[in-house]
Amino acid sequence: MRHILSLLVENEAGALSRISGLFSARAYNIESLTVAPTNDDSVSRMTIVTVGSDPVVEQITKQVNKLVDVIKVVDLNEMRHIEREVLLIKVDSNKIQKEVLEPIVKEFEGKIVDDSENTFTIELVGNGGKLDKFIQQINTNCIIEVVRSGVSGIALGASAIKF
Amino acid sequence: MIMEKLRGADIFVRALADEGVKHLFGYPGGAVLHIYDALYKQTAVEHILVRHEQGATHAADGYARATGEPGVVLVTSGPGITNAITGIATAYMDSIPMVVFSGQVPRGVIGNDAFQEVDAVGISRPCVKHNFLVKDVRDLASTIKKAFYIAKTGRPGPVLVDIPKDVTADMCEYNYPAEVNMRSYQPITDGEPDQIKRAIKLILSAKKPIIYTGGGVVLGEASDQLTSFTQTLGYPITNTLMGLGSYPATDKQFIGMLGMHGTYEANMAMHHCDVLIAIGARFDDRVTGDLEHFCPFAKIIHIDIDPASISKNVPVDIPIVGNVKSVLTAMNSQLLTKLNEIDSGAITAWWAMIKEWQSIDCLKFDRKSDKIKPQYVIETLCKLTKGDAYITSDVGQHQMWAAQFYKFNKPRRWINSGGLGTMGFGMPAAMGVKVAFPNECVVCITGEASLVMCIQELSTCLQYNLPIKIVLLNNRYMGMVRQWQEFFYDKRYSHSYMDALPDFIKLAESFGHMGLQAEKSSDVIDVLTEGLARTDKLVLMNFVTDQAENVYPMIAAGKGHHEMHLSPEREMA
Repeated sequence: MRHILSLLVENEAGALSRISGLFSARAYNIESLTVAPTNDDSVSRMTIVTVGSDPVVEQITKQVNKLVDVIKVVDLNEMRHIEREVLLIKVDSNKIQKEVLEPIVKEFEGKIVDDSENTFTIELVGNGGKLDKFIQQINTNCIIEVVRSGVSGIALGASAIKF
Repeated sequence: MIMEKLRGADIFVRALADEGVKHLFGYPGGAVLHIYDALYKQTAVEHILVRHEQGATHAADGYARATGEPGVVLVTSGPGITNAITGIATAYMDSIPMVVFSGQVPRGVIGNDAFQEVDAVGISRPCVKHNFLVKDVRDLASTIKKAFYIAKTGRPGPVLVDIPKDVTADMCEYNYPAEVNMRSYQPITDGEPDQIKRAIKLILSAKKPIIYTGGGVVLGEASDQLTSFTQTLGYPITNTLMGLGSYPATDKQFIGMLGMHGTYEANMAMHHCDVLIAIGARFDDRVTGDLEHFCPFAKIIHIDIDPASISKNVPVDIPIVGNVKSVLTAMNSQLLTKLNEIDSGAITAWWAMIKEWQSIDCLKFDRKSDKIKPQYVIETLCKLTKGDAYITSDVGQHQMWAAQFYKFNKPRRWINSGGLGTMGFGMPAAMGVKVAFPNECVVCITGEASLVMCIQELSTCLQYNLPIKIVLLNNRYMGMVRQWQEFFYDKRYSHSYMDALPDFIKLAESFGHMGLQAEKSSDVIDVLTEGLARTDKLVLMNFVTDQAENVYPMIAAGKGHHEMHLSPEREMA
């Protein structure tokens, strides 16, 4: 099953390699990993999407928690949560007309952030499924490049990951 | 008050002294020359110059296992730290507290492929509990404090501190912190009271219980609590390879080591038990055998300081996360008033079953042979040292025989590489133990293949007058490899023989030590007696043993506890 782990880690050099190294050393799956500092610049927030059976995910959580740089680990699957990902996509404007592109972008609540001589660049936020669907709507021939941020997640309601 | 400014190298040495470090095992090189200069000018910390960095880590490891204090190592950058990695990984797998300091190239050239540069933090990361690169001399003292704190608290382990050369030349005020507080590292100590209550209820209701304990009891200094727990209950106890000595091996409730080369009675009791009380043990594959067949009838209680050890290999019914000593203390006080709840009839019947298994005498060996039986050497060594020596070993058949035939009654007396299985560990580890306890009898039980892997440390033993005893069970084979090839590869002894061995007597002598030779069974007592009596000399005793001897009982990889091979004579009986 797919799980979203949310971590608070010390914002120190090497913290990321400890975590990614743990996943490769213990042969755990990593679907995506995002990390950035929080409002407290000594702390980074990381979201890891992984796939595994319940005992495997439990073991992943414990092993990650054991790392000295990790302050807290929460499996977002255990609570109401949302996940969001940012998509940046560049398409060839010679191969897709603005009139065709705009309604699709609008339908997905995206934005054309750059309209240059031969290209459009579109920004879109949503969960992974929504981004997949959007990409499917665009003819492959038109796509120049695709950048996805990986998943960020947060619990809904009063739950918050604090230390 | 204006505090005096010190160079990084002097801060390093002062911090070790303030941490209470008495001995440092190391080897100099370019990146640590400032530190070596600072060491030259002080007397608080004694430096032991090894002959290879692997020897330094094993010696520090042996020192830590025998004393409970972190072993401390100093090596240079590049090959200095890469040579140390095997020893660091060895300590990591057995949760041994160790702090390793490595020199690094100056900050300005890190990442430029400088002379003797290697990414020490990166290369050690998978085999340390934590590591640091000190980028500023102002962080040096506090990083050293943190390194020791992390190494020895919680589930212990090795910590590496990588120090660029220019940091050891920079100046700053010296202030060694009195304590450490890390928000991201707060080891759990006491067990959850409700879990302890549930566990006690299950323990008292058991009809076929077994106590299975590991290295955590040794590391957690909980032998007294374990002994009291076990004797209060009257239940059988088995130890893992790493747990030997945490419960007296000569006590009647001890039914031997379990696992791949464990006793018949211990493994059968594991297979048939209804309640398994696992304490400071991690359900290693050499212990469990095939997980499908592991303790099929048992409810499992697991006490461990590391949450990640719980339900890692085997799902557990009642987990208790906590320091073994504190949990056992709590359990012992609660048990006292409830002993009448034990089903004594069932326990008596259970002991009768165990006695039946014991009557098979699974460790029996041929005592009439003229050839030297390795089991006999260890049994005799145990008698002559009254079971009270510090025994280190290397890895292979001799290690298993040492575990089976030396009866350890005290913790920290049995020092071996259980997790990583590092050949070359035994002799430098013995050297480290002897540094800690110069007046104790320290014996390395080894094989001729393992011994030569770190043979250079014989030189260190001479320089620092460390008269350890080496019991070499020399069968001219990599014995355990040969045994597997005999059983599972149709006797194709591929590269497991040791052709062109040195003359071990002359070898010992050339290093300034003494050598004794035993060729037949009747030589064993005399050679051991003479070798042990020479307390002033390192004595290498070369026992030319029976080449064909195998370790029994044996559970083949992937088999269950109930599928043991006994020795050929036993199987026929």
